[in-house]
Amino acid sequence: MNYLWVTVAVLLGAASLLSLARLVIGPTILDRALSVDVLLASAIAGIGSFAAFNRDPTVLPTLLVLSLLGFVGSISISRFVAKRRPSTHGASGEKEDAS
Amino acid sequence: MTSATSPPRPPMSVRIGQRVIQLPTLAGLLIAWVLLFGELSVNTVVSGLLVGLLVMLVFPLPPLDSGFRIHPRATLFFLVRFVVDMAQATVRVLATAFSFGRIPHSSVIAVPLRTQSDLLFTLTAVCVSVIPGSVIVEVRSATHTLFVHVLGAGAEDVEQARADVLRLEERVVRAFGSRGEIERLASTGGTS
Amino acid sequence: MTEVLDWLAVSCILAGALLSFAAGVGLIRFPDLLSRMHTAAKPQIMGLALILLGIGLRLYPEPQIGILVLVLLFQIFTVPVAAHIAGRVSYRTGRTREDLIVVDELQEQLDRDRHDPAGHQVTER
Repeated sequence: MNYLWVTVAVLLGAASLLSLARLVIGPTILDRALSVDVLLASAIAGIGSFAAFNRDPTVLPTLLVLSLLGFVGSISISRFVAKRRPSTHGASGEKEDAS
Repeated sequence: MTSATSPPRPPMSVRIGQRVIQLPTLAGLLIAWVLLFGELSVNTVVSGLLVGLLVMLVFPLPPLDSGFRIHPRATLFFLVRFVVDMAQATVRVLATAFSFGRIPHSSVIAVPLRTQSDLLFTLTAVCVSVIPGSVIVEVRSATHTLFVHVLGAGAEDVEQARADVLRLEERVVRAFGSRGEIERLASTGGTS
Repeated sequence: MTEVLDWLAVSCILAGALLSFAAGVGLIRFPDLLSRMHTAAKPQIMGLALILLGIGLRLYPEPQIGILVLVLLFQIFTVPVAAHIAGRVSYRTGRTREDLIVVDELQEQLDRDRHDPAGHQVTER
């Protein structure tokens, strides 16, 4: 069964590398926020797999913290972007975005 | 979190000074606390009740009782269909991600929902955006309209996607809506 | 019996890891932000659910696994909010590639609002 665990590790590592690549090339800050989200999801998956592999429940609260951290991070970045750049897409968007 | 316990018509509540404590919310907080500690003992239950009371006194929320109820069989049907939908949508997005050499086109569609209840509207929106392949870009709460970005949908798939969202709404209303909401669904023409 | 549970757990975790990997691929391959958000939502809910199921099967008699339910619940309630705000901001600030959008009923609605401001209802938030 060991090779299956290795496959899991390889897949998660590749996912993290791909999202790191998007983090570097991503043209806008929202792309980067999104890739950090995916990176965080991979981290949650990795820590969870670690707990499952070792049958060790001590790291489980970390999952809770990480899942809430991703939420706060992406919301604050989105609000920041909405505030800084006025809308160019719809005329009615400006006042709501700025609020 | 209150969705786990169904508040009856006059919501169970206790007054403490100026604040109204809703017992279902308190029960939800208590369950979360006990799950967090992972053991059911006198210590966790008592401390959970105290912390829950403190949280509800410091951060009061408006009451949440606008016609929310649970129809067990419809809820079960909704949950099963939800998992099936999730699996199907995941496979579809997976196929799109691995079909190299083709750039996926998408559409933004407007879906006017039939329900008048804000809570059911929100539940439907949450379900739509949890299912992969659809992201909500805009919400008009005045007209209860969702604007959904559908991945990989050309002009010919638009009606299909709209019907999918409306069917999801129908399942949500049948599972959690009041009788009036379900009747409105029938009078405006159900989709399935 | 534990043997069977272990195999089930490993396959769940493997499926979850595969979804994470697919999200990484989609993140690189898809052309615009909104399309990428679709792939990001996949490991966040479905992949996480599979992996948590795997952990639960592996650790079964442990009382600590109640936390797993909480993680999934929080994720289900928070991810749509974050995705909606990010999607809205990216659409409103014109970050979508219009050549890739076939039908755009929101743009039509916004155009109508501009021509007929009296009928415009203020959106939420």
